[in-house]
Parts: sequence; structure tokens; C-alpha cells
Amino acid sequence: MSNELIDFVIVSVALLAIGIYGLSVKRNFIRMLFAVEIIINAANLNLVAFARFLPHSGGQTFALFSIAIAAAEVAVGLALIIVAYRMYQNIDVADFRSLKG
Amino acid sequence: MVDTLFLGIAVLTIVSAIAALEMRSLIYGGLALMGTLGGIAGFFILLDSPFVALFQIAVYVGSIAVLILFVIMLVKRELIFQKKEDPKRRYAGIGLMLIIMISLGAVIFNSGISSITTDEPSVDYREIGKDFLTYYWPALVVMALVLSSSITGALVLARRHDGVEDEQRTD
Repeated sequence: MSNELIDFVIVSVALLAIGIYGLSVKRNFIRMLFAVEIIINAANLNLVAFARFLPHSGGQTFALFSIAIAAAEVAVGLALIIVAYRMYQNIDVADFRSLKG
Repeated sequence: MVDTLFLGIAVLTIVSAIAALEMRSLIYGGLALMGTLGGIAGFFILLDSPFVALFQIAVYVGSIAVLILFVIMLVKRELIFQKKEDPKRRYAGIGLMLIIMISLGAVIFNSGISSITTDEPSVDYREIGKDFLTYYWPALVVMALVLSSSITGALVLARRHDGVEDEQRTD
């Protein structure tokens, strides 16, 4: 195996930093969801990389759980986007001032 | 030493992650996000974890990205192309990104990670399946409950409350 653990970890750090940049700068709800997805994928890459280099099945199992939970999170997040869009006719988080029903 | 395949996948993943956040159109952004998720699946194959890669392609590239694209198509056309952001906040965000990259990168380069190598074969997927059904079975049951409750929650949240459909039905 020619690739080392540190290469994968560096890519993961880069993706994490890009995700944090998106989460802090963007005001569009859907783009913030993109940033969250990128961060979750960086974490999964780390889990699988460490599972490969310290041969243990725990990392892969945990990554599978993480992917399934992320699917649930995206479903709820998109439902929230649709509700907020119906209420405010906008997907800019700065406009979501009120939490009234 | 990295090989060219790794380098190609890394460039694809990082460039499409940046494109997903910076493209003017949200639809192209969603397609670029698909590239990032597919690149991560490629890394999983490089890491000898074909089962997780398959799961990643089926769940992320196949369903989550498509779901996001459908939601983007549900919002108004001008909102898809709208890009409002504070330039000061943008520079602060880029600074934060560079700080995180440099500081975490320095920590990782100075840690003992670079000396970890392995010659052992990777974990067999049969072992993962066995783990799921023996050691992790309570977690599997809880995950099933979480998934079904989140689907119920999403349906309840996205339901219309104004009764438009009922009125149409009576007409």
C-alpha cells in the first residue's frame, strides 16, 4: 500500500476547514447543509482511514452508522428548509428571525 | 509517497467541495457536492473498504444528493442564483479556514501519525456483518428507530397545514 495514513488525514483536515468556512460565511440554508455534509464526510474518511491502518473493524462499522444517521439528518434538514421556505418565501437564514409557529 | 490515483481523487474531492460552496447556481453546487461525495467513495476504495464505499455511493451519491437537488428545484428561481454575503465576513471565514488548516496540519505533522504504516490485510466485510449482528445489535435497533422516527418527523414537518388540498377535494 503506497499511501500513508497522514495523506488521508491531511485531505480530511482540508475538507473540515472548507466545511467550517462554508458554515461560517454562507447565509443560504441549502449551502449551509452542503457544508455540514462536507464536514461529516471528512469525519467518515478519518474513521475509515484509521480503521485501515490500525486493522480493526470498529472504524468501518462506526462509519456505516454515521452514514445512516447522516441520511436521517438530511431528511429532517430538508423538511425544515421546505417549512421555512413556505413561511418566509426565502432560504436566507438571516431572515429566519422568528420561531413562532 | 502518494500515487497518482490518490492525488487525482484528492484534487477532485477538494476542488468540487470548494465549487459546491462557491458556484453561483445552487444546482451546479449540488452537482459539485455529488463529486465530493463520489471522491470520498473513491478514497474508501483506496483504503480497501469496498463495503463502506458501496454504502457511501448508495446512500450519499444515490439518494441524499438527489434529494437535495429536488429540494433546490422546489425553491424560487431567483433564490437559486442569489448570493448575498458580507465581504468582511467572507475574509474572516477564509482566515478561519487557513488558521484551522495550518494549526491542525502542524499538529498532525508533528504527531506520530506519519510513522504509522501497516502490512496487515484489511478488515474483511464478513467480520463487519458479524459485528453488526452480534456486538452492535442494540445500536442497530436504535438506529432503525432513529431512522423511522426521523422519516415520520420529516413528513409531519413538511405537511401542509392550510388545508388547501381538502378544499380542492370537496370541489
